[in-house]
Amino acid sequence: MNTSWIIKQGRVIDPVNAVDQCQDIYVLNGKITDDAASLPADVQIIDAKGQIVVPGLIDMHVHLREPGQEYKEDILSGTRSAVHGGFTAVACMPNTSPVNDSASVCRFILDKAREAPARVYPVCAISKGSNGHELTEMGDLRENGAVAVSDDGVPVTDSQLMRRALEYASDFQLTVISHCEDPALSTGVMNEGSTSTLLGLKGIPVAAESVMVYRDIALAEFTGKPVHIAHVSCAQSLELIRAAKQRGVRVTAETAPHYFSLTDDAVTGYDTNAKMNPPLRQQADVDAVRSALCDGTIDVIATDHAPHSILEKELEFDAAANGIIGLETALPLTLRLVQENVLDFSRMVELMSVWPAKILGVQGGHLSPGARADITIIDPEDVFTYTEEMIVSKSKNSPFIGQQFKGRAVLTMVDGIVQFGVAENNTHPKIA
Amino acid sequence: MATGYFFPHRHVLGIDQLSPDDITHILNTADSFKEISARPIKKVPTLRGHTIINLFFEPSTRTRLSFEVAAKRMSADTFNISPSTSSTTKGETLIDTARNISAMHPDIIIIRHSFSGAPHLLAKYVNASVINAGDGAHEHPSQGLLDMMTVKEHKGRLHDLKVAIVGDIMHSRVAHSGIEGFTKMGSSVHVYGPSTLVPKGLEQLGAVVESSLPDAVRDADVVMTLRIQKERQNDPLLPSFREYARHFGISKKILALAKPDALVMHPGPVNRGIEMSPDVADCSQSVILNQVTNGVAVRMALLYLVMGNS
Repeated sequence: MNTSWIIKQGRVIDPVNAVDQCQDIYVLNGKITDDAASLPADVQIIDAKGQIVVPGLIDMHVHLREPGQEYKEDILSGTRSAVHGGFTAVACMPNTSPVNDSASVCRFILDKAREAPARVYPVCAISKGSNGHELTEMGDLRENGAVAVSDDGVPVTDSQLMRRALEYASDFQLTVISHCEDPALSTGVMNEGSTSTLLGLKGIPVAAESVMVYRDIALAEFTGKPVHIAHVSCAQSLELIRAAKQRGVRVTAETAPHYFSLTDDAVTGYDTNAKMNPPLRQQADVDAVRSALCDGTIDVIATDHAPHSILEKELEFDAAANGIIGLETALPLTLRLVQENVLDFSRMVELMSVWPAKILGVQGGHLSPGARADITIIDPEDVFTYTEEMIVSKSKNSPFIGQQFKGRAVLTMVDGIVQFGVAENNTHPKIA
Repeated sequence: MATGYFFPHRHVLGIDQLSPDDITHILNTADSFKEISARPIKKVPTLRGHTIINLFFEPSTRTRLSFEVAAKRMSADTFNISPSTSSTTKGETLIDTARNISAMHPDIIIIRHSFSGAPHLLAKYVNASVINAGDGAHEHPSQGLLDMMTVKEHKGRLHDLKVAIVGDIMHSRVAHSGIEGFTKMGSSVHVYGPSTLVPKGLEQLGAVVESSLPDAVRDADVVMTLRIQKERQNDPLLPSFREYARHFGISKKILALAKPDALVMHPGPVNRGIEMSPDVADCSQSVILNQVTNGVAVRMALLYLVMGNS
């Protein structure tokens, strides 16, 4: 398989190397090189004029559902969805069945991922069975491919266990990703506010998230260990994170595209594709998330890609499952922020590639010579309507179906192999 | 009402979908049906040959009985089914239930469900008209309408009245439909209850949220209280009924702050001595049983109108 390329004259955005200019990128045997003379005579050309060329996007928060819920998604379908959305790597959460709390499940995932078009980084559980009582064997998990630990989907309510997790995980360079939620406060099905009252649905207050964000910041500050806060949804949490960063606490944070794109008004009509946890919040929260993306309070955009079939979604709102798919809409939704001048391309790349790589401690996030050729090419002008038929994920639970977007990934390369490329109906980029 | 008015709704899912003209028309229609229930032979052939299904996922005595009496007085064939709510999570989904019922060609399905929005989901999957008989903490439109009918009978109008609603506003679909309805008709609705039972954002429904019981009741034309539950799903809402009765219940003394001819209302069933003292429930201003009588007339009107009659 060919793994040597010249990507010609795209606008290369590589913030780690302070690059934002039109130039060629050379790929030799799956690695980036600056030595054009070393390329073989029959090297293939990708014409990227008018396109944006960036380090491969990394989604540090997805649910691939395998093992156990393959009817919703599996490692192959989820990573296909990823490369269609411009992602070259994903980190998959451990709430599978069985829970990924052991070396054997971790190995199983990595074995399956060998056939996958995108890289897969397993996130293992913090506690055995994610039941919040005993720490997992993190040293063993690290040796078997885990990059991070999280009980995502269920909060770690025992503060002592969380403290020990921060301490112990650091011995094995495992990132701790915290799903911040106080379950006693979080008994509702949507954001608590005027819309929940209007719809007669039980609300979840923003405090259900922010009180746990503060707990984790306090633990990180006391122990001196890093913590990463998953899917931040509200202004209150962001103020806490911003203040903590200012006094030097090792806290990083991610948000998901729906939290900067939708408010809880989307629930009107009892649309179960607007049901997620944390829930969609109000406009002031959306505005706060946008500001936080810009000012560095939020480090990462991650999708929380949560595939569900109609069995979990075509139900009464109370009975429906939480979560939406996101791999194929994350980049178009983030490009909207660029179009609205909330972010520039360079900040977008930091949020979707540079910081996820740093926080997970994995390769990628830049286009330096010698790096693996994980590259995403984006057509910023391509206008399209997102339809159910075009969804590559097995599940179709998206509130964005029917919306028009401008800009999307047109080519995704992993290790120099083109894993996704729009060849037909598109003149750019073409494999010449 | 302008001539040529036509009731435009196939389903009645909430007061929120009704215009003031719709409400006036429903109440006028109900008024004209009310005398049927006073006849020796309480039956008219209006809905003969129509099939009406009472699909009650939540226990109900009076609302279900009221709908059934209404349907039978109009000669419809009625059937009651009460699937357990748990079956929707274990086995058949609401949508499958809906499709199965729909396959038997009913004309009207009356649904009560503990989940808000369940009637709206049902309406998407059936050919029949759907009437919401109470969904979660969302709406209970026939109750809102019968409350308005009762007030109109006694006050002669639905505009420029002060309506006080006291109690568990948060979990009450009756309060929700009442706020929507009375506000739409030009009255002001003042709500009061323990802070644990007053949800956010009531102002956008048009309600005035009061911070004391006297403020809510003072000069009111209508004082409506709501049924109280001490605890719901381990949510510690109230320390005791005793304390509730003392601080939030309607006593004769509190009622004296309202207008002398103020109506006392309650959607039932009343917890005597808790939401209101027994002498208030039985006083001459109490129209609690008129509400029940009017319930049948309002439901007859709804059945009649959703079948395309005007």
